[in-house]
Amino acid sequence: MRTLLALAWVVIKELYRRKDFYVLFVLTALITLVLGSVNFFEDTLMVRYLREVTLLLIWVSALVIAVVTAARQIPAERESRTIFPLLAKPVTRGQVVLGKFLGVWLASGLALALFYGFYLVVGAWKAASGSLALGLQAFWLHWMMLAVVVALAILGSLLFSAPSVNSTICFVVVTGILLLAGHLNTLAAAQPGPGGALMYGLYFALPHLELFDVRDLMIHEHPPVPLGPLVIATLYAAVYAALLLVAAWWVFRRKPLST
Amino acid sequence: MEPILRTDRLRVEYPPSRRGDPPKVAVKDLSLEVRQGEVFGFLGPNGAGKTTTMSVLLGFLAPTAGEAYLFGVNVRNPIARQRIGYLPELTYYYRFLTAEEILRFYARLFGLNGVEAERRIDRLLKLVELEHARNRQLKHYSKGMQQRVGLAQALINDPDLLILDEPTSGLDPLGRMKVREIIQRLKQEGKTVFFSSHELGEVETVCDRVAIVHQGELKVVGRVDELVRTHQANLEQVFLKIIGYPTCLAA
Ligand SMILES: Nc1ncnc2c1ncn2[C@@H]1O[C@H](COP(=O)(O)OP(=O)(O)OP(=O)(O)O)[C@@H](O)[C@H]1O
Ligand SMILES: [Mg+2]
Repeated sequence: MRTLLALAWVVIKELYRRKDFYVLFVLTALITLVLGSVNFFEDTLMVRYLREVTLLLIWVSALVIAVVTAARQIPAERESRTIFPLLAKPVTRGQVVLGKFLGVWLASGLALALFYGFYLVVGAWKAASGSLALGLQAFWLHWMMLAVVVALAILGSLLFSAPSVNSTICFVVVTGILLLAGHLNTLAAAQPGPGGALMYGLYFALPHLELFDVRDLMIHEHPPVPLGPLVIATLYAAVYAALLLVAAWWVFRRKPLST
Repeated sequence: MEPILRTDRLRVEYPPSRRGDPPKVAVKDLSLEVRQGEVFGFLGPNGAGKTTTMSVLLGFLAPTAGEAYLFGVNVRNPIARQRIGYLPELTYYYRFLTAEEILRFYARLFGLNGVEAERRIDRLLKLVELEHARNRQLKHYSKGMQQRVGLAQALINDPDLLILDEPTSGLDPLGRMKVREIIQRLKQEGKTVFFSSHELGEVETVCDRVAIVHQGELKVVGRVDELVRTHQANLEQVFLKIIGYPTCLAA
């Protein structure tokens, strides 16, 4: 654990000392504030629209931060060659994978907290804060979903040599899942033959990340989610993240690290 | 007595860069022994297989054939690396951290923290003369300063065996002298040092024994003073002769 925390700490420090994260935050804030200051709809519509845009920006930014940061970790260690003094210490490759995961996930959590805090501030400003409980739940679910995304990007970084390729693939996969995974069963039902079977297979195998997206509930001011589904969703994310991390460790374990 | 470092008919092949080519043999049947308390120079021209051999010792690469042992433990077992310090060649340490933070990070990997860790960090920063820059992020460091950070991190756990890959590369004459002093001090403390270098003058002054490898093969191993005596030449001339440099000893 001590080793994992030490590894994670380096990741977190790096993220807040780099400037790219602030750029995304400032951009999100600016767009939201500009939109918020123009009142071109009637009030309730305006509030919904503003929420929708802010939440979309938050989702996109969080995804970018999580994927890009995770995809960069191990390739950067290899490029700068710090992986060598690191693995010459009493540190196993499994600990490197886990420590990096922990660092990126905690760092994305911090970034996410900042974004959701901003969302609440904007809500208060427009006198439409919505339910605080639902806001916290949305943050929690979003963060759990990012655990799966971060684990996926770390696995990808061990499979594809170029971080940019890996990032792109992760974006496409995650966006694809978010947009389509929920409809795969309907699509499969409409499609006979092996195509349909494949879609059913995907429907059951892919992590249903779209379930973690409660933006609609926030926009339309639904009551908070009951505890049961929340716990199940958390476990569901934990299982997928763990599976992906085991796969990452499996790949990394046997990889020759030539200099 | 069990040697501290031993390789037994070690062979390392890299996969070919093009399909159909034969694999690239970087190390061929290398058998070496380094004894407790020795300063051992691992010499050879560029591409001789020095870094590759060290990569096997540290578990970065699995050997194609043969075995390697540290403290009598096979290097496939991570326990073998408990009591070593390693300085890799050409490493760019974490750009966003300061020298102090980097050393603290490595110390924590050995379970060192608090007062004990801080005392070691202070002592090492003084040793490698980076005290003035300890709170600056490494992106502002020069190459030689990075190399000093590398040396400090290799010593953080007070190791019994040091494996140093070109410790003096990138250092100015003063820094090189300092490294020589550090190696000599480690020897006095009873530590074992295994290092590669191209600075043969230096090697001649600090090493007890040397091995010269060429194209992955061990060409010669022996005491520096004996090599110099039997060849009637300095180490540099012996080196050139052994790797078959055509005009050797012409001068
Ligand atoms: N990743 C790799 N893939 C293929 N061949 C490699 C790889 N790394 C090294 N080699 C080859 O293995 C041989 C030994 O390389 P190595 O880096 O061990 O040499 P070295 O003795 O450390 O040289 P130098 O003094 O330049 O550091 C060289 O011929 C090199 O081209
Ligand atoms: Mg080398």
